[in-house]
Amino acid sequence: MSAGLKLNQVKKAYGAVQVLHGIDLDIKSGEFVVFVGPSGCGKSTLLRLIAGLEDITEGTLEIGGTVVNTLPPSKRGIAMVFQSYALYPHMTVYENMAFGLKLAKASPDEQDKRVREAADMLQITPYLDRLPKQLSGGQRQRVAIGRAIVRDPKVFLFDEPLSNLDAALRVATRLEIAKLHERMADTTMVYVTHDQVEAMTLADRIVVLNYGVVEQVGTPMELYHTPANLFVARFIGSPAMNIVSATITSSGAPATVQPKTGNPVTINAEVDATYVDAEATFGVRPEDLVPTNGPGLFTGTVSIVEKLGEVTLAYLDTGLPDPITVKIDGDVEIIKGATMTVTAPADRLHLFDETGAAFPRMQFSHAAE
Amino acid sequence: MLWTYTKTTSFYLLVAVIVLVSVFPFYYAILTSFKSGTALFEITYLPTHFSLDNYISVLTTGSFVRNFGNSILVATSVVVLALFLAVTAAFALARVSFRGRGLLLMTILAVSMFPQIAVLAGLFELVRAFGLFNTPFALIFSYTIFTLPFTVWVLTTFMRDLPVEIEEAAIVDGASPWVIITKVFMPLMWPALVTTGLLAFIAAWNEFLFALTFTSSSETRTVPVAIALLSGASQYEIPWGRIMAASVIVTVPLVVLVLIFQRKIVQGLTAGGVKG
Ligand SMILES: Nc1ncnc2c1ncn2[C@@H]1O[C@H](COP(=O)(O)OP(=O)(O)O)[C@@H](O)[C@H]1O
Ligand SMILES: [Mg+2]
Repeated sequence: MSAGLKLNQVKKAYGAVQVLHGIDLDIKSGEFVVFVGPSGCGKSTLLRLIAGLEDITEGTLEIGGTVVNTLPPSKRGIAMVFQSYALYPHMTVYENMAFGLKLAKASPDEQDKRVREAADMLQITPYLDRLPKQLSGGQRQRVAIGRAIVRDPKVFLFDEPLSNLDAALRVATRLEIAKLHERMADTTMVYVTHDQVEAMTLADRIVVLNYGVVEQVGTPMELYHTPANLFVARFIGSPAMNIVSATITSSGAPATVQPKTGNPVTINAEVDATYVDAEATFGVRPEDLVPTNGPGLFTGTVSIVEKLGEVTLAYLDTGLPDPITVKIDGDVEIIKGATMTVTAPADRLHLFDETGAAFPRMQFSHAAE
Repeated sequence: MLWTYTKTTSFYLLVAVIVLVSVFPFYYAILTSFKSGTALFEITYLPTHFSLDNYISVLTTGSFVRNFGNSILVATSVVVLALFLAVTAAFALARVSFRGRGLLLMTILAVSMFPQIAVLAGLFELVRAFGLFNTPFALIFSYTIFTLPFTVWVLTTFMRDLPVEIEEAAIVDGASPWVIITKVFMPLMWPALVTTGLLAFIAAWNEFLFALTFTSSSETRTVPVAIALLSGASQYEIPWGRIMAASVIVTVPLVVLVLIFQRKIVQGLTAGGVKG
């Protein structure tokens, strides 16, 4: 019943414009995979290739072990939830959900049973006789999900399903989708979003895309703790990681780097001797920085303070091109204009070479997801 | 205050003039159709006579009823045929991307710019070659040709604005292009279909030049020609009464159609399918 997905060097070009540059992916059956990346990076295109709404220019796509490159969408065992819901405006909720079954010539009893089951699951039974225009945004989104469930898909595809909902509803529906994944444990789910919070909270594994290239594939925690490169390091985590350019002064593990200003910094990363004197960048997450009285990583004046309640964000002017963001407990009083020194343990620093690729982190262990 | 009064007054005056100008000819036709004998030649602006003589005479003598049937047959066929061809063509032009689509659209528009008289001779040859002369098919054929460019354009524009995601949802649900057109798009296109269909019907119903040229016997004529060729007792007498009665009869179906379909033009049917 269930089926994994396998993409082998999948490319997509619109005319002369290459949008996807050879995507390799192996998605296990029943896995919840999230494609995340900035707007225009090709997430939707990749999803539409899987759905069969666009032709694959080069490469192969397997669903459940069979190459489906030329199979029409309805024969691929997929269902899709669109960003705009895409309900049929002239059909009632019931008809919307039964439309696919009707076309597949399912018996009326079968249709009725499956529509009612899905409606029950999503608590939309009271609205079955309504038209889409008589529903709220959240209800429409449920109907769109219900229409997909009714198809009993092997692979469930979502294209930014929450982006048209308001903040509160977005959180509620996100939980709903997480529950849905639990209930449909054999169904593979592929979910596209540009929102890293959605990606982190929903995914078993995240695929980070940028300009049509996979930057990294991993569990949310892998991406957070061991980003493969600068792009992922900046993209995952909020607020974004602080990045500072420096020169590598000593190799080995740990290595030392010298930023443009300030003291040498020791980083728990494994650096080959050939890199000595090379330009590099190191990064530290705002939440890993702590105020200190002694010598620290960065010293500067607090230029902006943002109180979010449970945490406070402080932006330090340290003489570097970008301010350093610090995330500290909301109860700590920070005064704008004050001088502040912050530091972070050596094992919380990330080191990247000139091309942006991360050096391996030393004896860094986190529970394998 | 005075200014507002003047504005309101002149506005309603203008409305009154427009209504008078557009309704008066029709009103006068109705008035005349109920007159008989010498009353026809008295100029009156209020109903003074009431006689159904003209109507009875039109319906019982000559082939008016037959002509009326021809008109209904021709106009209905044109609407059905034109809408069928236009909806399928519009789907291709709006939704399938192929080389030369823009050029094709422009060509379609260009075709509709030729005046009828310019193509009359050529069309006549075609009609004769196909053996359609003096049959209703000649008119159905030529009217459809003349209606299609407009119909295709309007429907293409309309279809292009239908959300792509709805079509894609239908594709994922396993709908073929035909099912998408008939089950998903057509219900959303009611306003456009009714409007273009109605205009095609009216154009076919009132057309005169082709109808005169492509038919030769009174059995195959449509009403506009039949009315024009109504003759009196002698060649010097124009039967105004019967002409007016026939004209009034001929207008009734159009009024009825507009009244029926006015209610069917449901606005904002697409609301609710996509976000908002
Ligand atoms: N039909 C198309 N023709 C040409 N270019 C396209 C088409 N669809 C998408 N693109 C381009 O492909 C890139 C990726 O688009 P998309 O997959 O929609 O990005 P996103 O990651 O925001 O979903 C964009 O640069 C977009 O301009
Ligand atoms: Mg997108």
